[in-house]
Amino acid sequence: MFNFATFLDLPLIWYALIGVALFLYVLLDGFDLGVGILFPFAPSDQCRDRMMNSIAPFWDGNETWLVLGGGGLFAAFPLAYAILMPAFYIPVILMLLGLIFRGVAFEFRFKAVRSRRVWDYAFHFGSIVATFMQGMLLGAFVQGVKVDGRSFAGGPFDWLNAYSVMVGMALVFGYALLGATWLVMKTDGITQEWARRCAAYVLSYVGLFLAIVSISMPMMNPGVRALWFSLPNLYLLLPIPLCSVALLILIWRDLHKGKEYRPFFLSFGVFVTGYLGLGISLWPWLVPFQVTFRQAAAAGPSQSLLLVGTLVMLPVVLTYTGYCYYLFRGKTSHEAAY
Amino acid sequence: MIFDKLDPVLLGRIQFAFTVSFHILFPAFTIGLASWLAVLEWRWLKTGKEVYADVYRMWVKVFAVTFGMGVVSGVVMSFQFGTNWSVFSDRAGNVLGPLLGYEVLTAFFLEASFLGVMLFGWNRVSPRMHFASTFIVAGGTLISAFWILSANSWMQTPAGFEAGADGLLYPTNWLEIIFNPSFPYRFVHMVVAAYLTTAFVVAGVGGFYLLRGRQVPQARIMLGMAMIMAIFVAPVQLLFGDLHGLNTLKHQPAKVAAMEGLWETQRGAPLKLFGLPDQAGETTLHAIEIPKLSSLILTHELNGEVRGLKEWPREERPPVAWVFWTFRLMVGIGMLMILTGVLGLFLHLRKRLFETRWFHAWCVAMTPAGFLAVLAGWFVTEVGRQPYIIYGVMTTAESVSPVPGTPVAISLVTFVLVYGLMFGAGFYYILKLIRKGPEVEEEAYGSHGVKKPPILAEWAEEEGN
Repeated sequence: MFNFATFLDLPLIWYALIGVALFLYVLLDGFDLGVGILFPFAPSDQCRDRMMNSIAPFWDGNETWLVLGGGGLFAAFPLAYAILMPAFYIPVILMLLGLIFRGVAFEFRFKAVRSRRVWDYAFHFGSIVATFMQGMLLGAFVQGVKVDGRSFAGGPFDWLNAYSVMVGMALVFGYALLGATWLVMKTDGITQEWARRCAAYVLSYVGLFLAIVSISMPMMNPGVRALWFSLPNLYLLLPIPLCSVALLILIWRDLHKGKEYRPFFLSFGVFVTGYLGLGISLWPWLVPFQVTFRQAAAAGPSQSLLLVGTLVMLPVVLTYTGYCYYLFRGKTSHEAAY
Repeated sequence: MIFDKLDPVLLGRIQFAFTVSFHILFPAFTIGLASWLAVLEWRWLKTGKEVYADVYRMWVKVFAVTFGMGVVSGVVMSFQFGTNWSVFSDRAGNVLGPLLGYEVLTAFFLEASFLGVMLFGWNRVSPRMHFASTFIVAGGTLISAFWILSANSWMQTPAGFEAGADGLLYPTNWLEIIFNPSFPYRFVHMVVAAYLTTAFVVAGVGGFYLLRGRQVPQARIMLGMAMIMAIFVAPVQLLFGDLHGLNTLKHQPAKVAAMEGLWETQRGAPLKLFGLPDQAGETTLHAIEIPKLSSLILTHELNGEVRGLKEWPREERPPVAWVFWTFRLMVGIGMLMILTGVLGLFLHLRKRLFETRWFHAWCVAMTPAGFLAVLAGWFVTEVGRQPYIIYGVMTTAESVSPVPGTPVAISLVTFVLVYGLMFGAGFYYILKLIRKGPEVEEEAYGSHGVKKPPILAEWAEEEGN
């Protein structure tokens, strides 16, 4: 039985890897969920066909990062998985149902004729519900979970409060920004023009919500407050929110100057800074304020075996994922491709 | 609340049984379909005959719809271990987590990425690269089956682990865990079952076209290739099933006793063709028996000893009627598949395979056979291991999440409604694709590889309705 725990800090490595997997999920499925959020507002059916085609080759791979995040959490931190899933039973199930509706809509929409409108809305509402629930999960997560021994000890609706609803809405706007800037990059003509206006519109809301979350996190939790507002931490951490502000301004300018590619990647940047800020605030908790990533870690041999697979497979996965994005590069047409 | 009086364990089991039964229908079909598509594309590249490409292009659409439904119902499964069986996840996570992690890393990404190339890459990659993508997707489905069946088999025949003082299970030998005693048998039995499921769907569709007298060249390819599977693979499956059964007898004898409806341990045990198992009365009523056959099959001796259910205390016996009946359903369908192969061979030798209408109708009737057999088989093995979730180590009742009955009941009802709607729509669109059939007459329009301008295609479709 090999065990790298003797010379590697496995729990830390896995904490980072799960963090990266979840973040890649947020970025990648974020833009295709965002396209779904904006879907019914597009100016024409031809625009919608084009929007759908722009993400059709990718959505399945993007969603796989969620399975990796969930599966990875189960594998590397089974205790956290066993506490968080029952705690968030209802929002997790609702998120999954949302993902079902939007997932099948990809296939059914192109086969449907008279019922196409039904699948348009299945795609739209599925995307919104999935996004909103992910945001609510995040909002509830940062507020902490009741734990007794090795299990969740709260009620089925502990996750539901004004704060989690607010974070849910914030994420809807966040994903809409990713979706709109993706469309600016992948389309042209009226679709692009419309997407650019959408991006500019949701950008202001993203800024607003980012500010609310950044201020409320330290206000709600003394530990987080102490972390951010003590010296010299404040100076070290200040670049993160400053970067967010700078990125938001740059996106605004780019959108008005008609840049096509940069807004999408700058929006990625906004998510990076938000995620970093969140990660720093929640360090080292995996079930906030109850269980740290060290306490939740799976046995050394289990984390070691999975690490071998990850080190071999992750570069391969990233390579062929990159290949697919390269293959389907450029502007998308509205014609059904298969 | 209203549902809190209901047993959360039972609700959780029904929910899991429902979502996993629903899910398995799709892999059972796509595993075989992906491999068959790879064979079709290979034949097309090798022979240059367009008829293979026609058949490929039609079935790849069916594949996309089925695969999409498989993905979304599969994502649900990966979270249900935690939402509904959190105590199990906590205790067995060290062992099972890495297996599921490997499934995602080695299979899911592979399938998802290259499916995109397979569906949308026709005009962007060379034919060889396209074939490679199909081949990779087919390989991905098999790799996925490898890991998930390894995990399931470990829960049936756990090995290579030890229980810690804290009650958690710790791995001691990964090879023993992955290649646990029942895994090779279950893997082969399931993959072959998936191939047969696909073959009988393809045979049914081919038979349907031949009955209608349309797409005859394509239909001949479908029926002909499907019959190769029915003739050669269906009988082999009987052998694999038998080996799997012997393996179960060795490791889970109570399951085999339930399959046989056998209560008393006896020498020269008869094979019960039919009967009514009575769990409370500890007997199988009105049994029609063939003397000594059960002993002969299970021990390969006429007077070999077979253990009956009374060897185990009542609370350690699985629900016998479920196991007994689903086993008979599975074996019965398997026999019909073999019969189909025999008939097909007979007709082929008389050069009547593509002209015999009653046989085409028979194939149409057999279309759902594989799905039923797969579901029945899984019911045998999953119900048959009760009351354990990890055989001999942890019971199902111990595993359940601390979630009250009401949310579980409501989510169960929601899953039934949503899956019913989704399955209904998916089934409808697949039927529509089949009714439309392979597109053969039209030449590519313009340079985009699109068969018709979309607006014309849409009109044509609307007229068809």
